[in-house]
Amino acid sequence: MPFIRRNISKLITTVLMGALSVFFLIPFVWMVSSAFKFEKDVMRFPIEWIPKSINVVYNFKAVWMGKVPFLHIYFNSIKVAVIVTFITLLVSTMAAYSFTKLKFRGRNLVFTALLAFMIIPDQATLIPRFMLIRWMGLYDTHVALIFMSMFSIYFTFLLRQFMVGISDEYIEAAKIDGAGHFRTFASIIVPLCRPVLATVAIIKFIWSWNDYQNPLIFLQTKDLYTIPLGMTLFRDDYTTNDAIMMMASLSAIVPLLIVFIILQKQVINGIALGGVKG
Amino acid sequence: MEAAKPSLKTEKPQKARKFWTPKRKEALVGWLFLAPEIVGMLLLNVFALGFSLYLSFTSWNLLSGISGIKFAGLENYIHMFQDPTILKALKNNLIYTVLTVPVPIAIALVLAVLIHNKVFWKDYFKVVFFIPYISSIIAVAAVWSALFHPSLGPVNQFLMDLGISNPPKWLVDPKTSLISIAIISSWAGLGYTIIIYLAGLTNISSELYEAAEIDGATALTKFFKITVPLLRPTTFFLLITMLIGSFKVFDIISYLTEGGPDNSSTVIVFRIYEEGFVNYNMGYASAISWLLFAIIAAITAATWKMRKEE
Repeated sequence: MPFIRRNISKLITTVLMGALSVFFLIPFVWMVSSAFKFEKDVMRFPIEWIPKSINVVYNFKAVWMGKVPFLHIYFNSIKVAVIVTFITLLVSTMAAYSFTKLKFRGRNLVFTALLAFMIIPDQATLIPRFMLIRWMGLYDTHVALIFMSMFSIYFTFLLRQFMVGISDEYIEAAKIDGAGHFRTFASIIVPLCRPVLATVAIIKFIWSWNDYQNPLIFLQTKDLYTIPLGMTLFRDDYTTNDAIMMMASLSAIVPLLIVFIILQKQVINGIALGGVKG
Repeated sequence: MEAAKPSLKTEKPQKARKFWTPKRKEALVGWLFLAPEIVGMLLLNVFALGFSLYLSFTSWNLLSGISGIKFAGLENYIHMFQDPTILKALKNNLIYTVLTVPVPIAIALVLAVLIHNKVFWKDYFKVVFFIPYISSIIAVAAVWSALFHPSLGPVNQFLMDLGISNPPKWLVDPKTSLISIAIISSWAGLGYTIIIYLAGLTNISSELYEAAEIDGATALTKFFKITVPLLRPTTFFLLITMLIGSFKVFDIISYLTEGGPDNSSTVIVFRIYEEGFVNYNMGYASAISWLLFAIIAAITAATWKMRKEE
C-alpha cells in the first residue's frame, strides 16, 4: 500500500502546486484578457477574466499600425538579435577553439585575464563605452548595439568547457588528412559543438531580444528602437489606455514565449549549464 | 624530425620554410582566432576602465566638448560621499538586496524540491515558473504597473474588497516604491533560481534518501539533513550571482519609477545613468561607476575568500 499512499500524496501536491502555478501566472492571464478588452473594461472590478465585449482588432491596430512604428521596431529587434547571436557565437567559438586546441605561449595568460574581466560590470563602463561609440561614429546605429553585445566571456568560457571534452584524436585525424587549422575548425569542431552551440544561441537570442540598457544609451532615433525600448513609446503615448498597453506587452512577449515552449529543454539546460559549472 | 624528412619541398624558399615552423604557424593561428575577443576586451574593459578612472578625476560636462575636460583631483569622490542621493541610492541597493536575495532563494528551494520528485508533470511546472524570466522585464513591468495602479488597479481593488480601506499606493508612494519593484523582480527571477536548484538536485543520489527512510526519517528531517546541506554549493553560487545582480539593477527601475518618487527607488546604476546621460556630468558619473565597480569587486573578493576557507 505505500505505493498507493505515495501516489495519492503526489497527486495532492500536484494539485496544490497547480493552483500555485495558476496564481503565479495571473499577471500574464490578466495581460492577455486585457489585451482583448475595451479601455473602459480593463480596470473594472471584479475582473472579467473572459471579456464580455471584445475590442481586440482596435487594440491590435493601435499597436501595430498606430503612432508607434511597432512593425519597424519589431523588425529591428529580429535583425539585431539574429546578427548579435551569430557574431557572438562566432567570436566565442573561435576563442574557445584557440584556448583548447591550439598550443602557444601566452594562451593561459590571456584566458586568466579574460576570467578576471568577467567581474567588471557593464554598468561601470557605460560612460567610456558611450564615448568610444561616439568617437567611432557609431552613435545611434544598430552597429553600436551589435558591437556592445558581441563579446561574451561567459559564452567563451562555456564553449571552452565543452571543447575540452572533444578528443584531440579528431584533430590529429584531420591533420593527417591534410586539413589546416581553419578547415579543422569549420568542418570538425563546429559540427561537434552543434548541441552546445544551439543552446548558447537560444540564450543569447533571448538576452539580446530583451536588452533594454544598450538601446537606451546608444540609440536616439525612434525608428531604430528595439522592442523593450519601444515599450517606453507606448507608455508615453497611451498612458491611460491599458488595453493598448497590454496588447503591446503581449506582442513583445509572445514570439519569445513560442520559441521557449518549443525549445524549452535547450533553454532550461542552457541556463542550468552556467549555474552548475560556474 | 626536420632532418628525417626528405627534401621534397625544396622548391619553397629556404628562409620562409624555416621561419614558419608548424609551431609558429599554430601560434599565429591561435592569436588570429583570439584576436576579435582580445580587441573587444581591450576596448570594452581595459581601455574603458582606464578611461573612466581618468575621467573620475576630472570635471567634464559632455556638452563642453573635449576641451572642456578639467582636472579636478578628488573633488568628485569627496562630493560623492556627501551627495545625499548617492547615500540614498546605496541604502536602497542594500534594502533591495535584502528583499530580493534571501526570500526568493528560500521560496525557490522549497518549490524546486517539490517539483523535483513530489509532483506529476514536472516539465509543466519548470516551464510555468520560468515564463516570466524569459519574458522582457520591460513588458512584464508594464503589466505590473497597471496591476499596481493606486486607485483603479486590480491589486488594490481586491485589497479594498477585503476590507482594507487604505491599501498601499505601491509604485507611486515613496514608502512602497522600492518594495513594489522588489516584488516584481523577485517574481520575474524566481524561475531562474528554481532551475538552478533543480540542476543541483539531480546531482544528489537517491540512495541517501532511501537510507534515511529506512532509518525512519521524516520528510522534514530529510529536507534539512540531506537536501539543504548537499545543496550548499548551489546556494552559494545563487547567493553570489543574485547579490551581484541586485547591485546592478537598473532596467526595471528606469522603466517604472526613474528612481522616484522623490528618489525613493533610486539605485547606484540609475545614478550613473542620471549623471552621465541626463545631466552629462561625465566626470562625476565616472566616479560613481568606480564606486559600483569597487562594491562588486569587494563582494567577489569576499566570496572567493569564503570559498577558499571552506
